[in-house]
Amino acid sequence: MASFFRELNKNRYSYLLALPAMAYVFIFSYATYPYLLIAFQRFNYQKKGLMGLLNGDWVGLDNFKFFFQSNDAVRVTINTILLNVYFLVAVTFFAVALALLFNEIRHRLFIKFAQTTMIFPSFLSWIIVSYMMYSLFSTDYGIINKLLATLGIEPMNWYSTANVWPSILVGMKVWKEAGMSSIIYLAAIAGIDGSLYESADIDGATRWKKMTRITLPLLAPTIAILTLLNLGKIFYGDFGMIYAIIGDNGVLYPTTDVIDTYVFRALRKIGDPSNAAAVGLFQSTVGLLLVFVANWFTRRFFKEGALY
Amino acid sequence: MGGRRRFSVGVMLIYAALTLFSLACLLPILLTLAVSFSNEDSIVQHGYSLFPDGWSLDGYRTIFVNKAIIFRGYGISIIVTVAGTLLALVVTTLAAYPLSNPNVKYRNFLALYFFITMLFNGGLVPWYLMCIKLGLANNILSLIVPMLMFNAFNMFLVRNFMESLPSALRESAYIDGANDLRIVFQIYMPLCKPVLATVTLFYALAYWNDWFNAIMLVDDKALNPLQYILFQLRSNIQMLEMLPKGASNEYTMPAESAKMATVIITVGPIVFLYPYLQRYFTKGLIIGSVKG
Repeated sequence: MASFFRELNKNRYSYLLALPAMAYVFIFSYATYPYLLIAFQRFNYQKKGLMGLLNGDWVGLDNFKFFFQSNDAVRVTINTILLNVYFLVAVTFFAVALALLFNEIRHRLFIKFAQTTMIFPSFLSWIIVSYMMYSLFSTDYGIINKLLATLGIEPMNWYSTANVWPSILVGMKVWKEAGMSSIIYLAAIAGIDGSLYESADIDGATRWKKMTRITLPLLAPTIAILTLLNLGKIFYGDFGMIYAIIGDNGVLYPTTDVIDTYVFRALRKIGDPSNAAAVGLFQSTVGLLLVFVANWFTRRFFKEGALY
Repeated sequence: MGGRRRFSVGVMLIYAALTLFSLACLLPILLTLAVSFSNEDSIVQHGYSLFPDGWSLDGYRTIFVNKAIIFRGYGISIIVTVAGTLLALVVTTLAAYPLSNPNVKYRNFLALYFFITMLFNGGLVPWYLMCIKLGLANNILSLIVPMLMFNAFNMFLVRNFMESLPSALRESAYIDGANDLRIVFQIYMPLCKPVLATVTLFYALAYWNDWFNAIMLVDDKALNPLQYILFQLRSNIQMLEMLPKGASNEYTMPAESAKMATVIITVGPIVFLYPYLQRYFTKGLIIGSVKG
């Protein structure tokens, strides 16, 4: 105990510097955990504070039952996982492909131009992107319907056709994020030992051979690590993206409603914090489990990439 | 010879593929820009177009004449971005410093303390109830404080950079009688410029693009940041798409060109900062990915 205080005193400025961040994290993370109790209660706005929380109207697992017995549970869970898997696969595929392509050319000015344009979308908010999508998909004014009309195809009412949206969302995700992600892979490629390519040259390897036999296999651990890290987040929908683009358009819920948008609606639109907290707790718990599983895999196969 | 020809066809295909993807990235942005400068009649008649029949500044004029809301939104966004970024940066850097110092005995405990929050969060509802309890609703602080004012990922980024600095630096400063406060402000911060620039940009962009706090915590229209104003405008448009034709007359929507002009002025600051943003972001991504 004495050594504990001696250490605190010796490095008092150091600990003092970390204090604001610690306090912040405490308030917005650790101190919010008790509020999870309302997932097991019928929420009552009258009862405030920790004592109110402990004296709440306990309902056991009713809130969870309510969620899991509704059709919503299956829908939002499947949508969340499916959309995230699509996003992950598509963005990784395009990012790696772009990195491999960039690695094959030497024209500095062209590389600079192409990267500049590809990275730009990642700086835009999803709200801005939703406007750009509107200019493409709007029924009356949209470019795509105009194109369809010139080709003699019947224009579509995109904003009320649910089954096209997973593809559109995947396309937008790739559009927005693939360019930026390719930079990470390019950095990893730059780290590959150049002598490997030199010896391949001596053996008369073609560019294609070098790409498939050297670059891609050596890039595989980086791809795997980043994929596994993202696997832990697979239970979290991209609220910023989906709500900006879909909003409260109920027609599109069958394919686009995810856990995050469901929780948001339960809390802010329907006003049922207890139900929302129950679904949120389900999400956090499964999310945590997935992080552990992903990390276990990472540790097992690519030790240097593990989170902890 | 044959091999050589195949090879150049391959390179041409690579150029073509990259050019195509670049154009696809650019096209929606150019389209938005073109619509913002379009003549309203040509939009109503022919829809959006990259090459509208008539050019016009009416979209921008509408904003500048009638849109006090948008200018207020601009102001709110700027205040939130500047204040939020500064606060977040200071808190992040100060916490990173002791974590990078091997003489601080409990630094691993501190790191774990921050790290756990990256693994598990209570979710939206506990966060929301905490914000309400702290009075972070319907005031400017609710747009600044609850967000990423402190972000563990960014902190670890700064810590990793600080760890790469020679520890002799800190030790000789100690011997010369400097305390940690002096060291962090006068020695570490100037040396950490690259990573601090990256983190600053991460925070600034996150604040500039944020509307989540506004939608969760702010009902007061006077406090709406630019992104949220755009969001509301868009939900109204979406409602229009859902309504049967002809029923839309009761809504008075801003002109198409004015909407897109608002988008363009929202993107504006990013475009001006883009050369810096891109340089530091790519650098920062690489710093972060080498050992994140």
